[in-house]
Amino acid sequence: MSGYLEGVLVLLSINVILAYAAALPLSAGQLNLGIAGFMAIGAYASAFLTNEIALSMWLAIPAGAAAAGVVALAVGLPILRTHGIYLALATFSLGEIIKAVFLNLDVVGGASGYAVFDYAGPMAVWLTAIGVVVFMLILSQTRFFLYLTAIKNDATVADLFGLNTRNLQLAALTLGAVIAGIGGGVYAHHFSFVEAQYFNAHLNIFIVLFVLLGGVQTVYGPLFGALFFTAVPELLRFSDEWRFVLFAALIIIAMAWRSEGVITAKLLRAPWRGKTPEGARP
Amino acid sequence: MAQQLVNGLMLGSIYVLVAVSLTLSIGILNFLNFSIPGLFMLGGVLTWLMIKLGFAWPLAAITALLAVCVAALVVERFTYRWMKGSDPEVPLVSSLGFLILFENLMLVAVGSDQQAFPQVFADFNLRIGGLLLGGPQLISLVLSIVLVVMISWVLRKTRYGRQVRAIAEDPETAGILGIDLQRIVPLVFIASGLLAAIGGVLFAFNYLQVSPFMGEEVGLKGISAMIVGGMGNIWGAIAGGLLIGVTEVFSIYFLGSDFVDIVVYGVLLVLLILRPGGLFGRVEQREKL
Repeated sequence: MSGYLEGVLVLLSINVILAYAAALPLSAGQLNLGIAGFMAIGAYASAFLTNEIALSMWLAIPAGAAAAGVVALAVGLPILRTHGIYLALATFSLGEIIKAVFLNLDVVGGASGYAVFDYAGPMAVWLTAIGVVVFMLILSQTRFFLYLTAIKNDATVADLFGLNTRNLQLAALTLGAVIAGIGGGVYAHHFSFVEAQYFNAHLNIFIVLFVLLGGVQTVYGPLFGALFFTAVPELLRFSDEWRFVLFAALIIIAMAWRSEGVITAKLLRAPWRGKTPEGARP
Repeated sequence: MAQQLVNGLMLGSIYVLVAVSLTLSIGILNFLNFSIPGLFMLGGVLTWLMIKLGFAWPLAAITALLAVCVAALVVERFTYRWMKGSDPEVPLVSSLGFLILFENLMLVAVGSDQQAFPQVFADFNLRIGGLLLGGPQLISLVLSIVLVVMISWVLRKTRYGRQVRAIAEDPETAGILGIDLQRIVPLVFIASGLLAAIGGVLFAFNYLQVSPFMGEEVGLKGISAMIVGGMGNIWGAIAGGLLIGVTEVFSIYFLGSDFVDIVVYGVLLVLLILRPGGLFGRVEQREKL
């Protein structure tokens, strides 16, 4: 396999992990614009552990992910007082704060970045991404996921039917942060370098775009979104400086054409199973 | 101290224009229009481009504003019209698509460097007491206030305003009652785009530089201002914009530029936790996203 293709596949894998990190809270109706912040925690924490106490990468990355989860758990209750777009701004602010803290933290290099000495090969990155996808496929078949969908569709009714909406929402936020932390750890150990500026607003917005463009109705949507955002800019390389102009036009066309996300439940429904009942929401 | 407060209010007034522009879009059409930072940038960059081509600055600014009106209509055509019946997060993606589109079009046109904007006004600074007031900045502060007051007057008192408020209440019912949505909605897009573009032009005149990505930083602050003020509330957007401007300038003054983001976003986070519906928003109201 050529080095170029290998690099693109690594990028795709990391984007897939991040897409699911955003998709999980979104399936409970939380628009989390702070994914890059949790990713940063995973990246820096795991890098710190392998660098400073020579922990194996295979322990350090889960530990970093756990650290991201702990932060999410700690800030989750106050942040989840907000809803909708207010929650999006709260998580976005949190992400910016986390980024700015790492930017000023001299233990991990501050603004000049932090070199990571342990190396994760491409195969490790791919396997991690496949692991995350499989995990999400399994999770999407559980009652837990159904509860999240119920909360997304109507939190009040879900509450009335006896779901513990507060804990479930907290779980969705935390689990998303853990996945983002895994993505961060893998990212740090593959590229052997982390710098805080990477985890910026751009990244946050693009991660959410993966999910929204792919579609939130099914578990395959984020996968498609990550693929679109990784592959299309590569395929457009021939167009030089017009590359991102064309890319943006494609995004607009895709959303006008399939306004519920490209991959919808209806699209995946086998033809012999008949039509979706009017008004039904998956 | 007082000088810093003045500087903060000047910076804040730019955020106010962007925040009011966003709040019009979300309050009336329930549409978080992410292309607005792009329209802000178009206002500044196109003015620069026209001046470079040899036009006088008033003509340059007016041409840029007209171009932004057209751009705003294109955005309306490809986002809002398609969103009916879909999840409300969706047009957010296509309006972000337009932001990327505008930025990269300008990147092709002018390159990625910061371009120096010519100083069109001779230095006329006012000194009041010990305070130094930059002429252009003062004009832009006054202009922002006038524009915002005008908009809120139009919304409250005129026939158009009443139609717009009816659409904000319920577009379908408004249509049944004979309001021409096809005519009013594009007007709202133009008004909101113009506000953002005027913000961009003023920014260029004040800070004397433009670049294809100048909208992002200001846009994020504008969005934050709009949300923290309470979405759809014009006075909330004003308060939010000024608050962020002042917080930013003060934290640079007291703590240095390393900690600006921590302070600004920290204040936003705390405010949101204390008042989950924004400063002037109602908490129990169902969110509009």
